[in-house]
Amino acid sequence: MAAVVDIDALSAQLGVNWSEVNLDSIQLPPGNNFGIESDDEAVYHDDQSEFDTGFGNIIVVDHLPVVPKEKFEKLEGVLKKIYNQLGVIKENGLWMPVDPDTKMTLGYCFIEFNTPQEAQNAKEKSHGYKLDKTHIFAVNMFDDFDRLMNVREEWEPPQARPYVPGENLQKWLTDEKARDQLVIRSGPDTEVYWNDARQKKPEPVHKRPYWTESYVQWSPLGTYLVTLHKQGAAVWGGADTFTRLMRYQHSMVKLVDFSPGERYLVTYHSQEPSNPRDASKVEIKVFDVRTGRMMRDFKGSADEFSIGGPGGVAGASWPVFRWAGGKDDKYFAKLSKNTISVYETETFSLIDKKSMKVDNVVDICWSPTDSILSLFVPEQGGGNQPAKVALVQIPSKVELRQKNLFSVSDCKMYWQSSGEYLAVKVDRYTKTKKSTYSGFELFRIKERDIPIEVLELDNKNDKIIAFAWEPKGHRFAVIHGDQPRPDVSFYSMKTAQNTGRVSKLATLKAKQANALFWSPTGKYIILAGLKGFNGQLEFFNVDELETMATAEHFMATDIEWDPTGRYVATAVTSVHEMENGFTIWSFNGNLVYRILKDHFFQLAWRPRPPSFLTAEKEEEIAKNLKKYSKKYEAEDQDVSLLLSEQDREKRRALKEEWEKWVMQWKSLHEEEKLERQDLRDGEVSDVEEDEYEAKEVEFEDLIDVTEEIVQESM
Amino acid sequence: MRPILMKGHERPLTFLRYNKDGDLLFSCAKDHTPTLWFADNGERLGTYRGHNGAVWCCDVSRDSSRLITGSADQTAKLWDVKSGKELFTFKFGSPTRSVDFALGDHLAVITTDHFVDRMAAIHVKRIAEDPEDQVSDSVLVLQCPDGKKRINRAVWGPLNQTIVSAGEDTVIRIWDTETGKLLNETNEEVGHKKAITSLCKAADDSHFLTGSHDKTAKLWDMRTLTLIKTYTTGVPVNAVAMSPLLNHVVLGGGQDASAVTTTDHRAGKFEAKFYDKILQEEIGGVKGHFGPINALAFNPDGKSFSSGGEDGYVRLHHFDSDYFNIKI
Repeated sequence: MAAVVDIDALSAQLGVNWSEVNLDSIQLPPGNNFGIESDDEAVYHDDQSEFDTGFGNIIVVDHLPVVPKEKFEKLEGVLKKIYNQLGVIKENGLWMPVDPDTKMTLGYCFIEFNTPQEAQNAKEKSHGYKLDKTHIFAVNMFDDFDRLMNVREEWEPPQARPYVPGENLQKWLTDEKARDQLVIRSGPDTEVYWNDARQKKPEPVHKRPYWTESYVQWSPLGTYLVTLHKQGAAVWGGADTFTRLMRYQHSMVKLVDFSPGERYLVTYHSQEPSNPRDASKVEIKVFDVRTGRMMRDFKGSADEFSIGGPGGVAGASWPVFRWAGGKDDKYFAKLSKNTISVYETETFSLIDKKSMKVDNVVDICWSPTDSILSLFVPEQGGGNQPAKVALVQIPSKVELRQKNLFSVSDCKMYWQSSGEYLAVKVDRYTKTKKSTYSGFELFRIKERDIPIEVLELDNKNDKIIAFAWEPKGHRFAVIHGDQPRPDVSFYSMKTAQNTGRVSKLATLKAKQANALFWSPTGKYIILAGLKGFNGQLEFFNVDELETMATAEHFMATDIEWDPTGRYVATAVTSVHEMENGFTIWSFNGNLVYRILKDHFFQLAWRPRPPSFLTAEKEEEIAKNLKKYSKKYEAEDQDVSLLLSEQDREKRRALKEEWEKWVMQWKSLHEEEKLERQDLRDGEVSDVEEDEYEAKEVEFEDLIDVTEEIVQESM
Repeated sequence: MRPILMKGHERPLTFLRYNKDGDLLFSCAKDHTPTLWFADNGERLGTYRGHNGAVWCCDVSRDSSRLITGSADQTAKLWDVKSGKELFTFKFGSPTRSVDFALGDHLAVITTDHFVDRMAAIHVKRIAEDPEDQVSDSVLVLQCPDGKKRINRAVWGPLNQTIVSAGEDTVIRIWDTETGKLLNETNEEVGHKKAITSLCKAADDSHFLTGSHDKTAKLWDMRTLTLIKTYTTGVPVNAVAMSPLLNHVVLGGGQDASAVTTTDHRAGKFEAKFYDKILQEEIGGVKGHFGPINALAFNPDGKSFSSGGEDGYVRLHHFDSDYFNIKI
């Protein structure tokens, strides 16, 4: 404890009182602990795993034939031949120990490679290699030996840990004021707020500098917030504050993705190759979110995780694994060249142990609710083989429906959120093949035989700028036409008169919009002109087909509805320096409040799980809305009264404070009057003061003079 | 409110100044000729030819007879306002950034930039009644701790007893003009976080407003250097002005000129923003410039103001009657 004594002595000398120093308030920059040790055991655990023994490039090959001295060189030759194919063996890097008594080999050898990666690769590729019938290689990393040796001979039953009740992870849903949460990142800080629209301001929940090293993401049902770090990903949540619930080790993780039922977390890491001709290395891990167990990891070059589209995209397109819809998290699929691999989560292996071979497939898309996969195969053989859009049922792999399409340049698939419809935007070549025009193929999934309908826009040549389904609804919106003033059209898959056919509801001419944002509850939509269009916003009611409000959030880059569809956030993120921050609007376009934040990176609403109410119950509430809303309206009124009272109070205080200053200045100014006059060579200087006072000046203007001769009567 | 567009400069505006009576407006720009306008109708009266570099700043004497200008050609010049005749040239070895006449017009404070081995400095010159008697010696020279940081503005305090300076080192300093001692300076807590670009003082020398690249403007007591108000905006502030009539402040700014030129669609979106001086809330804005606003000035009668932009225009705004009835 000598060190402690020294510190005490030193602090006494410097006059520092340690009891007044709050060590927790000290924030260290990330990545530097200044040699201060952490109480967190896990930190050391991580460190150990990264500890480099210097033997990382050595493998141990076991189950070799035991040979006498004369055959030694031959065996060595064979081994070198095998392993030189898998990596570069260091000079004198192969060492086969010999029993000093019998002069026979011991049946194993050590091989040292140039790099640990090569050793790892050699271990993976040669483990289980059959030299002959009796000699099957058993290969291990040298570093693993200590661990393997320490395995106890006898199995010990694991100790049952006492049950500790977990926190209520859904507590935020029970907020009395039924508010929603949102997370923002600006500068080094990550902050979670309640959106308190009544008070016209956000209420802080939790704030942490350097919470994440790249970005944060909510899980799809809002239970967890995931942060990314050098060592891996972590999820946070809980009843009152955000505590760390679980960590997932994956060094240098770049991207994460949840399964829709948030049971699994997929993490992604890619490494740029040292040789630019090689494809970059990709490692993907799938974790069980609650237990933190790694369920499966996938490694390989980027080519195996992408279709290697034209232009040679570096890395894979995210998410690599696409999860089937629904809450069961049963299947996930990966698209690679000419294959679709569908895995199921019970065993984390391929369904039927086989991938689906589909030549040239370029895109797949799951239905958001069912295990149906839609896929698109472009034209092949210079148009001899038509392009194809198909629906495949999983796990049976039965093709439910397919459609061949001719002279197609590209297709995009859009599922409606309840999985009832699939819209395929088809770009076709014109006859000259010089330009393209677009149309839609609309699939009705839930109807018998899945009828397909073809929809063309009124003007076939219009470019399609954006497309969006109404969530849970039957309508969709399209922005089409020429920039900068395209048209916006609304269509419905069924109307009262026309249940089986798509029909157009309306077209709005010449709108300044390039993006569509439906409210999560449908009915309302924002037609937004982001970025190049300066942040024009039009709040539109599709039921009534009328504009509720137009507004502008100058230079807005992002728009996100809250999960209930009551409020919407528009944000200017730090793609440029100007006016960073966010604005909260009500669904009908009233500005609620505005927050400016420099270096604003991200805004995300905390999602809510789907409601437990049945459709009938929801309908009943909608019908009797007046009854229910009364209570809330009264509350609203109270709050707004209180607010305006507070506001008045604040203004009064500010005015008073200001008056005090002004009075002080006036008296000082008066005191200095003579001195000022002196400085101005005696000129009576303070005329300016009079100018502040209202003067009454009477003007007498002579407008016109006319002379009239009054004739006097004689 | 329909602005009068005054096109007389070929380069970005740098500074605007009304005379005391509010009938004349002086404008400085990066071209070499300060220009004089009628403040009422925007008619051009004349120019002051003689500088050989961008003109950064000017000031006019109380009786509107003398004009002083500071230029990047390393001189400050005295002019006869009426005839446009050059009366005297102060030569410095480095560009002059700001000029300000003292109460009584017998003194002027001039700031010069850091240049080669000369450090940025604040010079006080005596201004002679008769230009024949004018000498170029400084009465006082002040230097900031970091001489390499530009001093963007220096003005006289009440009764010429102090000089207030502000610049790139983000610190506002108050100096004693008798002794040349530093009396007061802002600390990190209340001070600006980035370079201070502009400073404007109240007519009675009681308080002043500073604008900074940290996207705020701050109001200070001129005697005690107490921070009274902070106005937060979304863009770097290049120019500030205070209404002498109502409790309003105006902030102008925008991105750096170099970052703007590439963006066509933002044209006309550079606003002069009005804030309530007491409540610190934004009241409204006046759009129009095709580049950042570099200069703002209020007519001493408070009924009109003008703005000068990177676009080379001066926009002269006479307020509508609605403006005087704004309630928030």
